[in-house]
Amino acid sequence: MSEPVTEIRTPIKLEYVYTAGDVQSQFLRAVAKGQLTGHRCSQCDKVYVPPRGLCPTDGVATSEVVELSDKGTVTTFCVVNLPFYGQSLEIPYVCASILLDGADVPIFHLIQEMPADEVTIGMRVEAAWVDDAEMKPNLASIKHFRPISENASA
Amino acid sequence: MRDVAIVSFAQATNLRRNTERDEVGILQPVVAEAVEKSGVKRDEIGFTVSGSCDFLAGQPFSFVMALDVLGAWPPIQESHVEMDGAWALYEAYVRLQHGDIDSALVYSFGKSSPGDLLDVMVLQLDPYYTAPLWPDSVSVAALQARALLESNGHSERDLAEVAVRSRKNAKQNPKAQVAGDFDVDALLAEDYLVSPLRKHDCPPISDGAAAIVLATGDLAKRVCERPAWIRGIDHRIESHSLGARDLTTSPSTALAGEKAGVGDGPVDVAELHAPFTHQELIIRDALKLDDNVQINPSGGALAANPMMSAGLIRIGEAASQVMSGNAKRAVGHATSGPCLQQNMVCVVEGD
Repeated sequence: MSEPVTEIRTPIKLEYVYTAGDVQSQFLRAVAKGQLTGHRCSQCDKVYVPPRGLCPTDGVATSEVVELSDKGTVTTFCVVNLPFYGQSLEIPYVCASILLDGADVPIFHLIQEMPADEVTIGMRVEAAWVDDAEMKPNLASIKHFRPISENASA
Repeated sequence: MRDVAIVSFAQATNLRRNTERDEVGILQPVVAEAVEKSGVKRDEIGFTVSGSCDFLAGQPFSFVMALDVLGAWPPIQESHVEMDGAWALYEAYVRLQHGDIDSALVYSFGKSSPGDLLDVMVLQLDPYYTAPLWPDSVSVAALQARALLESNGHSERDLAEVAVRSRKNAKQNPKAQVAGDFDVDALLAEDYLVSPLRKHDCPPISDGAAAIVLATGDLAKRVCERPAWIRGIDHRIESHSLGARDLTTSPSTALAGEKAGVGDGPVDVAELHAPFTHQELIIRDALKLDDNVQINPSGGALAANPMMSAGLIRIGEAASQVMSGNAKRAVGHATSGPCLQQNMVCVVEGD
């Protein structure tokens, strides 16, 4: 009896050039300067970040740029205890939804510089940016968010 | 069967490479225009269905992003086909037959520019025996063109004439990408791209989007002066294996055309989805369209070929001819797969 063919290899490689478009390019260029921006919907008044040039609730185009704070509030989070291939952070670490001051939808980022088991919903955090020389038009320009105490200004 | 009509159609300006907008950004004004022109209110639309392909964008579930253009709140009934939007329109037509809703929004979108389209198209071929050889989409079409030219007396001049007429018609189409007056002899003097095909035999590579609103009986009459009633719609598919088919004919188009009732009355206009010049000749034969039929007044896919939308656009253009009063009865055709593997035929009529 002849051996069954159990495997053939058919390598596939396709390359793509992604176009961020005007609206996201504007957002990413601002990130490279240490600024976070959103778009306000003219119908529901909500501020979306990152802006995509339209309001997902109303389905209309948006164009009003709103400058946002790099401080915000944790709306929910999880603690990652799972090791996986390519992991760059030491477990356990925290991924969180962070509602930036001035925005109506949260962004996702890491929370560091504190024990994972002390993160809470409602906690105030601020962006820890990379050094000026390393700032690029992507969200890796923010290393992570870290806790802040605002008692002094209260 | 419930009467269903196309009551509005919109499409994006087709561009070789749209650097200002992503897929969703191209789509948003197109959907907004189609809905506004339809006279159907957004909250009256009972069903929404789209056609697109992740291989164009190079990212999984890329169609989910497009939901942002709908204002999907409160949550809506929605569906998606990984096909040309013409097949989304078919799903919407069937959905409207259920009888509980009276209108549907159909849209499609895609940027062909992010990847190398000729290679991306290879992935629709048989993955074990054909795709590993990486025959690009123009080469696959050229196999069909050669078979046609050798079989029935068609010449390369016939193909060039299709290109010249398409580009001339496209001068009237503000959304077209390739338009103008060309000379058959001058085109034939150009080099082959992949023999027997020259550049003019091939479609442009296009970024684009399209949208159509469907409405049933009384609603269609209320919102539209001349609804384009869908009197017949059918789609048929042939074997995936190129070698198993006679590439010089299109039995699936012929059967779909018969079932859709193309021959039941005179056809004023036909919008045929023929990305390559020789494919128009094959489709015309399959649908038995005579010389009185105006073919592709829009310029067809040779004037603009936004992947996943070019078929839906043919149906939209055919319907536009009826809605504008230019035609009493029109045929829209859409194709999918290599060498006209799968074909849809839609007959639209005015009152």
